[in-house]
Amino acid sequence: MTYIAKPKFHHPGLKKNELGYTHRDYEGKISTLCAGCGHDSITASIIEACYELSIEPHRVAKISGIGCSSKTPDYFLGNSHGFNSVHGRMPSVLTGANLANRDLIYLGVSGDGDSASIGFGQFAHSIRRGVNMTYIVENNGVYGLTKGQFSATADRGSKSKKGVTNTDNAIDLVAIALQLGATFVARSFSGDKTQLVPLIAAAIRHKGASFIDVISPCIAFNNHAGSTKSFDYVREHNDAVNRLDVLVGRDPIAVDYAPGTVQMVEQHDGSKIALRKIDADYDPHDRLGAQTFLARHAAKGQIVTGLLYVDPDAEDLHEHLNTVETPLNTLEADTLCPGSAALDKFNASLR
Amino acid sequence: MKPTDIAAPDYFHKVVDCQWACPAHTPVPEYIRLIAQGRYSDAYMVNWKSNVFPGILGRTCDRPCEPACRRGRVEETPVAICRLKRVAADFKDDITQRLPRPSAKNGKRVAFVGGGPASLTVARDLAPLGYHCTVFDGDPRAGGMMRSQIPKFRLPDSVIDEETGYILGLGVEFKGGHRIESMKALLAEKYDAIFVGTGAPRGRELDIPGRKEAAASIHIGIDWLSSVSFGHTDKIGKRVIVLGGGNTAMDCCRTARRLGGEDVKVIVRSGFEEMKASPWEKEDAIHEDIPILNFLVPVAFIHDNGKLTGITFQKVKAEYGAKGRRNLVPSGEPDQTLACDDVLVAVGQENAFPWIEQDCGIEFDKWHMPKVDSKTFVSTNPKVFFGGDAAFGPKNIIWAVAQGHDAALSIHKMLSGEDITERPLPEVHISSQKMGIHEWSYDNDISNDKRFKVPHRDKVIALKDIRTEVELGYDVKLALGEAERCLNCDVQTVFSTSLCIECDACVDICPMDCITFTQNGEEADLRQRLKAPSLHPDQDLYVSSDLKTGRVMVKDEDVCLHCGLCAERCPTGAWDMQKYLIEMTHAGSSCPTKSRSAA
Repeated sequence: MTYIAKPKFHHPGLKKNELGYTHRDYEGKISTLCAGCGHDSITASIIEACYELSIEPHRVAKISGIGCSSKTPDYFLGNSHGFNSVHGRMPSVLTGANLANRDLIYLGVSGDGDSASIGFGQFAHSIRRGVNMTYIVENNGVYGLTKGQFSATADRGSKSKKGVTNTDNAIDLVAIALQLGATFVARSFSGDKTQLVPLIAAAIRHKGASFIDVISPCIAFNNHAGSTKSFDYVREHNDAVNRLDVLVGRDPIAVDYAPGTVQMVEQHDGSKIALRKIDADYDPHDRLGAQTFLARHAAKGQIVTGLLYVDPDAEDLHEHLNTVETPLNTLEADTLCPGSAALDKFNASLR
Repeated sequence: MKPTDIAAPDYFHKVVDCQWACPAHTPVPEYIRLIAQGRYSDAYMVNWKSNVFPGILGRTCDRPCEPACRRGRVEETPVAICRLKRVAADFKDDITQRLPRPSAKNGKRVAFVGGGPASLTVARDLAPLGYHCTVFDGDPRAGGMMRSQIPKFRLPDSVIDEETGYILGLGVEFKGGHRIESMKALLAEKYDAIFVGTGAPRGRELDIPGRKEAAASIHIGIDWLSSVSFGHTDKIGKRVIVLGGGNTAMDCCRTARRLGGEDVKVIVRSGFEEMKASPWEKEDAIHEDIPILNFLVPVAFIHDNGKLTGITFQKVKAEYGAKGRRNLVPSGEPDQTLACDDVLVAVGQENAFPWIEQDCGIEFDKWHMPKVDSKTFVSTNPKVFFGGDAAFGPKNIIWAVAQGHDAALSIHKMLSGEDITERPLPEVHISSQKMGIHEWSYDNDISNDKRFKVPHRDKVIALKDIRTEVELGYDVKLALGEAERCLNCDVQTVFSTSLCIECDACVDICPMDCITFTQNGEEADLRQRLKAPSLHPDQDLYVSSDLKTGRVMVKDEDVCLHCGLCAERCPTGAWDMQKYLIEMTHAGSSCPTKSRSAA
């Protein structure tokens, strides 16, 4: 790891966002991950997305579990709320926090071990309930902290650094998220920020359970020939269905794509996603179609990336439960305890 | 763009902005690191080899390096390079054992006209090679204008004595008080080569009404300064006006303050900002309660039967012509007369060669300057060389030194029977600075400190004695703090295309957003597509050859902190931090060699 702090100086010509911040203002501490780790690029992409959306750092809660991936919230948004939870328990902690205060932006950061093994159930239920969050899995297919054993997302037939072949079937988290009703599902690659940054931005603006599976090569244990999560393999087998731009605010960004290939998706909060189709037949509003498409391409050894499914009018857990809008910590005593008259009235309604 | 050829010595030399800007190309970051390590003698010798007069220049240099310093593009102020040079001179141990030994004479004789920085530099380079060097100077002691024109409160005699002494100690013969009056006579003495380093000794006149009548109280700045320097002048009137806006004017007004001038003013034709004086010299003058009045053109000296009473000025304003050329035009306001007892005229210097006869084979141009080759410094007489102010008009000491080195090389080549127009490339030593996974042999942790002020002597004490040095110099602690501000620009970011796996780690970590991976294109197009805007197109782009994905790595050298984080975060060692020590080839250096050690 790097011993020195990242210098405070920044490029004198850096642009500032609406809040007057540069992208450097969204950084956290210097990374302690291995040099070249894909996770650091995801960190940089989160920083870039938050900067571009002019998010106030104190409006964000970043929550993680255990693992290389779950260390990363220390490296971005140094002025945001953070909770580094028990292994695999990020979704529960996030759900609880979200229920207590729906005003914050919830960023759940997890890994393939944290979400596909020990926290598989947690992952499933947070998606199923439609918690309003951005759930990012930094997926490298190995347990990096324990020296590179296969994780549950490692493809069957792929080889470990030592040459051992994986005989277990892989969990495809994107397929599961689609099946469980996530309303924003995407897959991307840490080595392709032009795709990843807008995906994270769109996911943050999405109301409902957003899930992004980011393939993130482990330089130390899973970037060799025989791996299906290496830089080279992913670049060779990447089948992007679309590219997107997120349009926020009143000034629409001019999108200079050929007409007819751009599909505008308006999200619940008024922000727009300009989807540039690469695969002309791919429809990101068709959940069933997406599942079939994924399965067909996975069988061919292709890694489908892009925005795979979005429901712009999704509801979230708060709407399902009809909860109070005010964050619990700002509810005054007279609201929480409206007195015996209110209790009597309530009891009467149940008789 | 084509891949950058980093083997060309100039590419990485340009990245070391300070060294590139220095006429003598002193390896600045190298000596600043030595200062930080407390190795003052080593730092001094790096300087001595390159610029010959570290103690003198550390007090008086015009510092072309500092406006170029990369730190000035990253924050407000550059590193105090000049005053760090003085630190090396102040804190060094006895270095006499490190100086070259006078070697056996090779039988060739070189004469030097004038004993200033240019001549002494040439002599310093040639004497150790066995040349018999004879320096003639009209003044009794060596140093030229460094001794006669720079006031002692800026540059004490002891420093000049020491540093000219190192050169004369190499076996150089110094004939003080021996002014050369005839080039013809000198040529007749059959020297193998003659070097003319006579400076720009004549102060420019100001011919306006009253000049002749009031002559007793009107002094030419540089003559007056040297008269003060040699003790012939020790007082001046209470009210003094200094005309002119260069560094000589600043020396004149501050000297006048110490010789009885109570109401001393500097008056310039131009605006304050356009004055030729270095900003810090103006600051020092203002600090000594000397106002600088601008946009005033002197039109007449006013006198009462020959006794000067004042100067009348016309008020002007600046107007800019079609090509941005500035013209001073009368503002229309009434003229202003300012009272004074003495005037110091410091409106420029000129060359004068009354002692060079027309039939010496030395041709002059229409401005009465000798025709001198700007690379070899040879005149139209192949045995006669010029350097310093004598060659191309008034400049600063560091230019005289740089030209002296080049002239010495020419003389040595000529007398070795070689072609003097063939100039050797600089010597380049390249070595990786990697010591461990995240350890470098230089301090890559960037200091956030602002520039440290050099302590000055209390004004009341400083103004009492003309020989009391005003600047006290950095102490060890301040010097260390200032040295830490240096960004080590000579430790270069070197990229190996074949090792890169395009993981983006360097892009993500770079604090200055210098690095971009993108499709190749023409330079103007590439500059539009960088991660951070390209603010200085004069700063090079470092472009790799094609990577696996068909993209290229583009690094804007402009504001790179040389912190090495790209190399620390690179998993494959595609980035390495390598020190490029670039040294100019001087007379007698062995053939330039390129050494490279593996990362």
